Amino acid sequence: MTDSAWIGSLLITARPKVVAALLRTFRSLDIVEEAFQEASFRALKNWPKNGPPRDAAAWLIMVGRNSGIDHLRKTARLEPLPAEDLHSGPGDIEATSVEQLDTANYRDDILRLLFVCCHPELPATQQIALALRIVSGLSVTQVARAFLVSDAAMEQRITRAKARIAAAHVPFEAPGAVERAERVAAVLATIYLVFNEGYTSTGRGPESQSGLCDEAIRLARLLLGLYPAEPEVMGLTALLLLQQARSAARFDAEGSTVLLDQQDRSKWDGLQIAEGLALIDKAARHRLPGPYQIQAAIAAAHVRAKQAQDTDWSSIEQLYGALERQQPSPVVTLNRAVAVWKAVGAEPALAMIEPLDKELATYFYFHAARGAFLKQLGRAELARAAFDRAVALANTPAEAVHIRQEIEALSSPASGRNCQT
Amino acid sequence: MPEITVMHYSILCYKDEMVTVARTKAYDDAAMAKLEGVTRQVAAEGKLGPAVTLLPTTTATTLRQGRSGSLVIDGPFAETTEQLVGFYIVDCVSLDEVLAIAEDLANANPGGALEIRPVGVYFGDPRPAP
Repeated sequence: MTDSAWIGSLLITARPKVVAALLRTFRSLDIVEEAFQEASFRALKNWPKNGPPRDAAAWLIMVGRNSGIDHLRKTARLEPLPAEDLHSGPGDIEATSVEQLDTANYRDDILRLLFVCCHPELPATQQIALALRIVSGLSVTQVARAFLVSDAAMEQRITRAKARIAAAHVPFEAPGAVERAERVAAVLATIYLVFNEGYTSTGRGPESQSGLCDEAIRLARLLLGLYPAEPEVMGLTALLLLQQARSAARFDAEGSTVLLDQQDRSKWDGLQIAEGLALIDKAARHRLPGPYQIQAAIAAAHVRAKQAQDTDWSSIEQLYGALERQQPSPVVTLNRAVAVWKAVGAEPALAMIEPLDKELATYFYFHAARGAFLKQLGRAELARAAFDRAVALANTPAEAVHIRQEIEALSSPASGRNCQT
Repeated sequence: MPEITVMHYSILCYKDEMVTVARTKAYDDAAMAKLEGVTRQVAAEGKLGPAVTLLPTTTATTLRQGRSGSLVIDGPFAETTEQLVGFYIVDCVSLDEVLAIAEDLANANPGGALEIRPVGVYFGDPRPAP
């Protein structure tokens, strides 16, 4: 392996822990970013000569702290400096680092860092951008590309997010149990957003954005490593793994969506599925079902089916029912209706979604599902109107292509009641 | 001349999991291809037993026997920087022979450590071959 390859991999792995510890010292994302950059730069100069330190994170924290303190001394003499004893000479880094690195606090440090980036006061797009930039260490250009915006626009979005965070005054004391649980919940929500951003944008352009999905899984694993006994953290990690396991089968060679029931299941990633299923099993032992665990269980019901027709739709319907009770939303009801369609038939499914037509008026999947129900009931004209609406609302070209195929099938003589059996 | 006995050895693979799970699929695929090259050779010599990848320690559950009964804990047996991520069983006549195989495995997928431990067979696998 080349020097830059192994150092790069150590830097990426150490980053959340180091940045989190630096944030505790400096309480400013800007100083922390600069200090981490300086520490990484020194690592690139130093490690090829001296070999990797025993504890890369501790080394980077010490060097980053010293560099940040130097920076503060030079630029802002009036700001109160961190305690003098944090500043140690460069020679004793390896000797003192392990003691100086407050390992008891690193869980709260990383959680705080994640929470700062996932702060509920930030709009979702800023949360995702900040988490990717600060925690994952993606460059502004990489984040901008993932969102299909210009570098300047992304730079501005991140700057705004940082300003809001500074104004929000996230307390730096160790959080209490309730606060910790709230922080974990906020972080889970952002990780899910990062994943969904990657999941829905895959196939949108020539460049695949599945990197965001991998990044979300990495963040979920980071959180799970910190809180190994939290069932909802297991649930989200399982959910993401089970969704990502299907990624190789989601698009055909032309980039069109391949629906779940038509996917080549041999392309699904067996290891990711095994890991996801294992986590759901572990979570279930805690008997504290939450929305992520339920959604993971739904994804599990899909991947457990060897063939599409083996899918246990009535279990899925019950799981959506449970999700609806925990987190009522028209989208969940829509999903339950799709399960009812598969398990029972199009008529009760259609009846379930008709009351949602105002709330979901601009939602692609509502019109796509409604079109499919109507098509199966033989109401071709209404189905066509629903599909037309869906095409207009499609989020990706692949979605539009799929619905156009449905419309074509409506006009072909072969279309009929049995198209979904 | 002393009789040459074949021993079962385990080669236990330890890696920092946060590093391995962060690797790209392309990196993993390339490493797997190289490892396959090594194991194919070992198999051709008739020395390869089961080779096992362990899922991340976040999927682990530990049962610990305490004074007041057993306790089930989420997580691995020990929290260490490097984790047991998989193992090979190989049949060799000497430690040198195992070390040579381990060297090839290490070169195919650098990083971490490989621990070599002889295996005592406790009872055979009663399951029918898959």
